Amino acid sequence: MSDLTQAFRVVRYTNKAFWRNPANAFFTFAFPLMFLVIFTALFGTGTVPVAGREVNTSTFYVGAILTFAIITATYTNLAINISFTRDAGILKRIRGTPLASWSFMVGRILHAVLVTVLLVIIVVAFGALFYDAEVPTDTLPAFLVTMAVGAASFSALGLALTSVIPNADASPAIVNASILPLLFLSGIFIPIQDPNAWYVTVAKLFPVYHFAEAMNSAYFSVSGSGFEGQHLLILGAWGLAGAILAARFFSWEPRR
Amino acid sequence: MSAIVVRDLVKRYGDVEAVAGISFEVPEGGVFAFLGPNGAGKTTTVEICEGFRSRTSGSVSVLGDDPARRDRRMKARIGIVLQSTGVDVYLTVAETIELYRRLYPDPRPVDEIVEVVGLTEKRDARVGKLSGGQQRRLDVAVALAGDPELLFLDEPTTGFDPAARRGAWHVIRNLKDLGKTVFLTTHYMDEAQNLADEVAIIADGRIVAQGPPGTLGGRDTAATRLRFRLPADAGDLPEPLRAGATITDGLVELTTTDPTGTLHQLTGWAVDRGVRLDALEVARPTLEDIYLQITEGEAGAE
Repeated sequence: MSDLTQAFRVVRYTNKAFWRNPANAFFTFAFPLMFLVIFTALFGTGTVPVAGREVNTSTFYVGAILTFAIITATYTNLAINISFTRDAGILKRIRGTPLASWSFMVGRILHAVLVTVLLVIIVVAFGALFYDAEVPTDTLPAFLVTMAVGAASFSALGLALTSVIPNADASPAIVNASILPLLFLSGIFIPIQDPNAWYVTVAKLFPVYHFAEAMNSAYFSVSGSGFEGQHLLILGAWGLAGAILAARFFSWEPRR
Repeated sequence: MSAIVVRDLVKRYGDVEAVAGISFEVPEGGVFAFLGPNGAGKTTTVEICEGFRSRTSGSVSVLGDDPARRDRRMKARIGIVLQSTGVDVYLTVAETIELYRRLYPDPRPVDEIVEVVGLTEKRDARVGKLSGGQQRRLDVAVALAGDPELLFLDEPTTGFDPAARRGAWHVIRNLKDLGKTVFLTTHYMDEAQNLADEVAIIADGRIVAQGPPGTLGGRDTAATRLRFRLPADAGDLPEPLRAGATITDGLVELTTTDPTGTLHQLTGWAVDRGVRLDALEVARPTLEDIYLQITEGEAGAE
């Protein structure tokens, strides 16, 4: 039995368990939509400059919430779920079987990506129906690549974060504290008014900003390919650093 | 052939010596029990054998392999029941076993496994709905899924009520009948007594006694204790018995290495005189007596 087959088996059972917790599944998908509705209701008038043109603020939020949804489905979910799985002793049990460690990790990441894809479809459809956010066709390659790089990088960062989470109870607090400020600073919840503001300089140090910029370009560009090479490179570098840290410091046993 | 061979194993955490140089062998096809109080070094030793922990020094061989290498072929031949462990609560019993058995090259059928651990009726129940005892049996089921030659059971019945413990013992006897080697840790004397072919008592990181439960610590040759109540008007015990007797509140206690002879003398004397010996009791030392004797001796030596 190949290691890859085993990884797919992990995906299958993770998925089975995922849908059997309907409350969790429902809010995983409903949460980003709630944010989309709330932010457009609060700040959705006027236009903002995005990807070299002016778009309706409500349309802008479709792209922003898409970025947010991908980060939630990978970074947030993986970090919290893995912490709980670890505290429950499941990781240690897995470690005692002949399953290759990477098969398990890849399986978990693939499942997170699966959820991400579903979320993206829901948000894009919702945005097209209600907020005039056109589905990107000309820049589709850039859109897909940017999402893939983002999902992979934030998955790796989520796994890396688990090595500083002391126990599962602390995981939601730590995950939110690490990501929420960046979501605000990086122009996701509130569009950036002044690109030269100090907080943008801070945001540029972290991957969320670069992911948001790359997503906006891939979603809203009317000319060009929509690829943001530099942003993608920085995002990818963060992902690689996360993968290296996760490989080095990941703990399979409860950290108590 | 020995399934496990441990020589001069030492594990240090900073200045603390959790395991202070122990050696033992677990023969193939039997139940070997590590008996000792909490913090004696049982789990540390077992987890070194399972490959979860590194050792400071000494040698360990599990099925001919060094567990520190964490070789996957070795892991395919062992089954592990950890002291605290979990499975996904949203899967059913059968799904959980299926998930794990597929990780092994030569697994047992699901139906066979649920039967061995007595969960046939709970086959399609969600794991989250099982009782504590049933979940523990599922732990054993998952450990059995790959049809291992060697099973590690780390305190499999801690926290069980007496009925659940009997059930678990039944499962462990089933494993033995299947020809598995079982390495068990416990802090319950009766568990070691009932299940093990060989018991090692571990205290403060050292093995202080080892042998079959019936003869451990000289239990087979140790003195038998007779106890009875002697009525006030019965008069004195015959001379040879009186020498070894202690009397407290009318309760007489005699220890003897020849229980047959002593009992004959005592009852003969009592019948002749028409004396009733109330609450007459003949007791061989229990494993617990031996255990306390040994571990107290250890504490005294420090």
